[in-house]
Amino acid sequence: MLTPTLTWTTAAPAVSAAFLSSVVEVVEAFTIVLAVATVRGWRPAALGAMAGLGLLVLIVVAFGPLLGLVPLWGLQLAIGILLLLFGMRWLRKAILRQAGVIALHDEELAFAAETAELREQAQRQAARLDWLAGLASFKAVVLEGLEVVFIVIAVGAGRGLVVPASLGALAACALVLGMGLFVHKPLARVPENTLKFAVGVMLSAFGVFWVGEGLGVPWPGEDLAILAIAILFLVSALAAVRTLRRPAVEAVS
Amino acid sequence: MTAIMSLLRELAGLFVDDGRLALSVLAVVALAAILSLMPGASLAAGAVLVLGCLGALIANVVKAARR
Repeated sequence: MLTPTLTWTTAAPAVSAAFLSSVVEVVEAFTIVLAVATVRGWRPAALGAMAGLGLLVLIVVAFGPLLGLVPLWGLQLAIGILLLLFGMRWLRKAILRQAGVIALHDEELAFAAETAELREQAQRQAARLDWLAGLASFKAVVLEGLEVVFIVIAVGAGRGLVVPASLGALAACALVLGMGLFVHKPLARVPENTLKFAVGVMLSAFGVFWVGEGLGVPWPGEDLAILAIAILFLVSALAAVRTLRRPAVEAVS
Repeated sequence: MTAIMSLLRELAGLFVDDGRLALSVLAVVALAAILSLMPGASLAAGAVLVLGCLGALIANVVKAARR
């Protein structure tokens, strides 16, 4: 049973982390599916995307119940380590991009690169193109979707918040797909690096917290420690950006 | 086979982008785990986790920026 403290201090960061990270991932997957649809039509794009979603559902259905068999401390430790690796990888990249050390990710460039690659493949092997286009769509949905599934499980499983975190992710999917279908072009205006920065901070904080819980660390303030750790990560990351800032480099796909 | 290997590589890439950062994080976790086994040092293990991860991240981005 959740206490009011848990609801406010753990559920909100879990739901917002799932929502924000899902926005980033769905935008990236949508760019590739749209590129496939532009070059080869909606049929292979939609078939690939549906097959990818089907595989994701299968993975969740097959592996989801196994989580209940793992002792809580083991689950917290394993998920915490994976979250730390995942979150700090995002945060590292976001800091370097924000500081202008590496180029920002650009959805329009990603779209252009994907369509150019598909057109090149069309010239080489036209007969297999629908299959290749569908595969590109499938791969994008599976890889980006796996990240969403992992984040939802990671931020939700330790405290029984998988359902609220899933709702956060689903809301993000509905928002991005709705906007994407409406504007019918890559969602280049989504402040992707800012989102990655925020999510990297939150996931790293969750990672440190869960690893500590798994090791039996008596965090002062209990769940409130997540917020304190997140603030420490945020302040350090912003200080690193400020110290390392240099003229921006050109965007990459 | 190539497609499967590429998919596996991309899956590994979800967690490990820079090997040095991943190794530093694992080293911090191992140190905190050892500390947590010592009587009365579990809070210190938490401090090592927080400060160690922050230190690993900052050292890594500073190095990357100098490269």
